[in-house]
Amino acid sequence: MSNIPSDLKYAKSHEWTRTEDDGTVTIGISDHAQAALGDLVFIEAPEVGRTLEAGEACAVVESVKAASDVYAPVGGEVVATNAVLADAPETVNSDPYGDGWLFRVRPAGGGAADGLLDAAAYEKLLADEG
Amino acid sequence: MGHRTPLYQAHVDAGAKIVDFGGWDMPLHYGSQLDEHHQVRRDCGMFDVSHMCVLDLHGAGVRPFLRRLLANDVSKLTATGRALYSCMLNEQGTVLDDLIVYYMDDEWFRMVVNAGTRDKDIAWIRRHAAAADVEVVVRDDFVMIAVQGPNARSRVAPLLPEADRPAAAALGPFRARACGDLFVATTGYTGEDGFEVMVPADRGKEFWNDLVAQGCAPCGLGARDTLRLEAGMNLYGSDMDESTTPLESSLGWTIAWDPADRAFIGRPALEKQRAAGARRKLVGLLLQDRGVLRGHMRVVTSAGDGETTSGGFSPTLGKSIALARVPVGAGDELEVEVRGKLLKATVVKPPFARNGKPLV
Repeated sequence: MSNIPSDLKYAKSHEWTRTEDDGTVTIGISDHAQAALGDLVFIEAPEVGRTLEAGEACAVVESVKAASDVYAPVGGEVVATNAVLADAPETVNSDPYGDGWLFRVRPAGGGAADGLLDAAAYEKLLADEG
Repeated sequence: MGHRTPLYQAHVDAGAKIVDFGGWDMPLHYGSQLDEHHQVRRDCGMFDVSHMCVLDLHGAGVRPFLRRLLANDVSKLTATGRALYSCMLNEQGTVLDDLIVYYMDDEWFRMVVNAGTRDKDIAWIRRHAAAADVEVVVRDDFVMIAVQGPNARSRVAPLLPEADRPAAAALGPFRARACGDLFVATTGYTGEDGFEVMVPADRGKEFWNDLVAQGCAPCGLGARDTLRLEAGMNLYGSDMDESTTPLESSLGWTIAWDPADRAFIGRPALEKQRAAGARRKLVGLLLQDRGVLRGHMRVVTSAGDGETTSGGFSPTLGKSIALARVPVGAGDELEVEVRGKLLKATVVKPPFARNGKPLV
């Protein structure tokens, strides 16, 4: 059974978001996503300073099996990426909601996380996907 | 639902992620493909390879038949249990399958062919066997388990009849031995020492569980693929198939050209290609930039484009590696198009890793 923390918001494409106290949004992939991908071996995060549109393919997570796009759950400027992942991509497997975060954006227009799912809705999505 | 081996339920019970592999429901991994890979390089892991097809060929004419059927020459096999790797070619000299053939006695050879080519192979072999007075028996009554890794032999030994243990421990590479009702071979597909064990199917699950008790970790096809890629071993259907010859697949060493009058199927076409020079070659690639190579990526060389045939992340090297078919004049520095970007890669001679150690 997937771990789905209740304090996060989720995209249908299996990213999670957490709005920080400073208004930036931290983004990662869900426990379900990391388990489905298998052991991660390479992560390409968007460059700091890049402006993302919501829904844009902006990062790549590659597992032993395949490469998968990560889509920006919110639009905005990338303000940080997780440096740990260059040498330890497996951190996303072991701690997808903590040390395995991917990048952080400052949302454009302050409107963070519109149209994202809460934990209950994401859990239902996973159940429906079977 | 696909075909299932007698060990299917054991895989499910062990938490395997099951995937379709050539029409078979097989374990991809039991949790972590990376851990399973390292387990084999460092200690011992085991794979259910019962989906592979075991054929017994019987008859007074079996040796001359196989000397015609296979590009390698079974005349090299003169002692019971000796094994040989060979391609089976069609008349065009391209690869129908790759296989291992074991010499049992003068009127009996055993072959192990790929699961995905099973029906095609059986039809081809039977078609040619009819005139040769050779009987082809499909041995679906075996479970086959590949136990691989530096500690594989010592883990299997207690499960063999006591009288056979010293001989099994001393078996050289590419040799096999009947141990009671078990058939134990020192073949494998990982670049590590170990045994492939054929077990009567009705004892298969018990034997598997006994191996678990001996400390053999179940490993899935995912690790099997990264292990064989590191070992520089071709995968049929990816690195060679009916559109490529052995000369274009770095398998020239498996063609027995001598004696010149041995008329194996595909020989005239191959000789023509050898005389003209193959235009393509299969090479190993080591990715220099960060990223992961996969199959079917465009390779850009000074002599024109090629394509990766297999690729992935090498857990032993911590880098990405691939096999690629490129124009024969390609240099050692080239580029691979990975998700829209050209990344630098270097041609290296496989194997990339073997016996627990990086080789490039």
